[in-house]
Amino acid sequence: MERVLPVLNRGVWMSLALILPSAVLGLAGGILLGVARGFGPAWMRRIGDIYTAIFRGIPLIIQLFILYYALPKLGLYLDGFSAAVLGFILCSTAYHSEYVRGAVLSIKQGQFRAAQALGMSRLQLAWGILIPQALRRALPGCGNEIIYLIKYSSLAYLTTCVELTGEAKILASRTFRYTEIFMVAGLYYLCLTSLASLLLRKIEDRLRIPGFGRQG
Amino acid sequence: MSKTQETVLCLEGIRKDLGGRRILDQVSLSLCKGELKVLIGPSGAGKSTLLQCANCLVRPDQGEIFLDGVRLDQRSGLELRLFRQHVGMIFQDFNLFDHLTALGNVSIALEKVRGVSKAAARERGQAELARVGLGNLASLYPAELSGGQKQRVAIARALAMDPRVILLDEPTSALDPELVGEVLAVIRDLADGGMTMLMATHQMDFARALASEILFMENGRIIEQGAPETLLHPAAGTRTLDFCTRLSMELEGRKTDTQ
Amino acid sequence: MWEYLSSLAGELPYILQGSLTTLLVVFFALGLGLIFGLPLALGQIYGPLALNRLVRIYVWFFRGTPILVLLYLFYFGLFIALNLDVSAFASSCIVLGLTSAAYQSQIFRGALESLPHGQLKAARALGMSDTEGIRHIILPQALRLSIPGWSNEYSILLKDSALVHVLGVPELMARSHYVASRTTWHFTYYILAGILYLIITVLGLRLLRSLETKTRLPGYAALSHE
Repeated sequence: MERVLPVLNRGVWMSLALILPSAVLGLAGGILLGVARGFGPAWMRRIGDIYTAIFRGIPLIIQLFILYYALPKLGLYLDGFSAAVLGFILCSTAYHSEYVRGAVLSIKQGQFRAAQALGMSRLQLAWGILIPQALRRALPGCGNEIIYLIKYSSLAYLTTCVELTGEAKILASRTFRYTEIFMVAGLYYLCLTSLASLLLRKIEDRLRIPGFGRQG
Repeated sequence: MSKTQETVLCLEGIRKDLGGRRILDQVSLSLCKGELKVLIGPSGAGKSTLLQCANCLVRPDQGEIFLDGVRLDQRSGLELRLFRQHVGMIFQDFNLFDHLTALGNVSIALEKVRGVSKAAARERGQAELARVGLGNLASLYPAELSGGQKQRVAIARALAMDPRVILLDEPTSALDPELVGEVLAVIRDLADGGMTMLMATHQMDFARALASEILFMENGRIIEQGAPETLLHPAAGTRTLDFCTRLSMELEGRKTDTQ
Repeated sequence: MWEYLSSLAGELPYILQGSLTTLLVVFFALGLGLIFGLPLALGQIYGPLALNRLVRIYVWFFRGTPILVLLYLFYFGLFIALNLDVSAFASSCIVLGLTSAAYQSQIFRGALESLPHGQLKAARALGMSDTEGIRHIILPQALRLSIPGWSNEYSILLKDSALVHVLGVPELMARSHYVASRTTWHFTYYILAGILYLIITVLGLRLLRSLETKTRLPGYAALSHE
């Protein structure tokens, strides 16, 4: 056991290095895309819908393999880590945008008129009225998405970026103690996902406002 | 009633087609400082569209808009936003910003559009809320307010921008009957204070008592206009009188129904 | 160009056969998920408190652990430690099925909880036992309401099934990856695989949609699952 933990700990740090930027940038991208798909002009909606359909419809692992194995054919070399992070960002952008778009559409449209009537520009309207409301409504869904991201960060190991699952696999195939090692690895992930959902619940409570229930 | 003849808002030849139907047909009107003009007419007459055209929330197909004698360039986004800052709008269903407190609703435009400091905006917002009798509810969210309170917040929100004129689109028609009074009282105070207003409403008693002029609309045109005492004189024989009689009969009917 | 096309035509049957394996994995996993998920949901709602706790732990475990970790844990770890000879294909179905059971139980739970409370009472009033009431009254309604959530689960499982190639199951992903590496036309074969996954998703969803329309009862709006 004392030989297993340091190795897995090293893996956890790598996993976190994958998850954190992917979660932040993926959410940011999802907000932009979601607002564009719910509020933007027709051509933007169309492009956004196609993007989302493709990235939600194709298994993440194929997206990662395209980034890691196929892009070099175009002269674009990404190392395992960058390919994984880029893939996670592109994919979670699509998923987040789905929740944000739904939230944007659920906002009562009259408020946009009222904002215009006060002389707000479209940008002020999006930033001051639209996004604060849409985010609150989308938060439960986006939170789930971040939990998924934590789990799917294990795929990075298949693009040769050795994180928690990768360290576990290498160690297990050397020592042949699959059961114990993957039990521990599983527990690590459970800790991460539980911690994240606790944190997200906290944030949700923090931002709660009368009229914005969990059911939306 | 003494009137200075300074025209604040002037609409000329407003025309609007929607879905192949002519909603507004060459509508012109002008509002002098301190006047309260009331738009009445059957639903579908174009009252709401006219009000929304008056600050270009719906862009007229044809026609000109003047504020304080200056022509509005309807294609300039910047000029439009500047114009709207001076023209307050009250909606039928309030359209409060759901994620902001009452105070936040009143102060957001000062802060974001006018660039007033946060503290000053809040101070001004608090004052406007007090003016509509809601000084003690500043920290509540729209979901926690009654319909009447929401509409009063919406009025305070418009007032905070120091509008030259306020457009009111049936401000009481989404309210339960027992809440209508509190909103009308606020509008009455504004009228007494010399605010220039254009209001669509079905509240005939209110119009009769306070309007400097009644504009009767039908099929996208203003077909009758004049002082309430002339238009609604029992012997006037106007369409306006006819419409009002029918309206009050319907109201009576509904009252006896519920009894 | 000719060489390219003929290679593509030559590899296509091999890859399509892989999609068949993919479909089989998804089919068994969905079925297993249904068989386990339903009792889990019923246990969580109607069962005693202890059972409710157990179900929650089960759901927490399978929803919080990556599929990749579970695949390795079961195939190389648990099954061998228990001296069970389980093939890679069967292990894949079991792991995906157990995971899906966790998700499906929550879909069923949502559907069960959305039913009006009076239904079971009315069944009891007719002299049915609780088991009969659940079987004849509650389930037929709840299952109908679960179809939209189930469609969602199908498309997620389909994508997750691409992961079982790490155990060497010769499904769509595995075969595409293999052909891509051998021909070094990575773009072509990964994109081909992506398109095939999209097609299978759309076809499956269409099937479930028609099931939903066929079993629809008047007055039942489908639960919307964003």
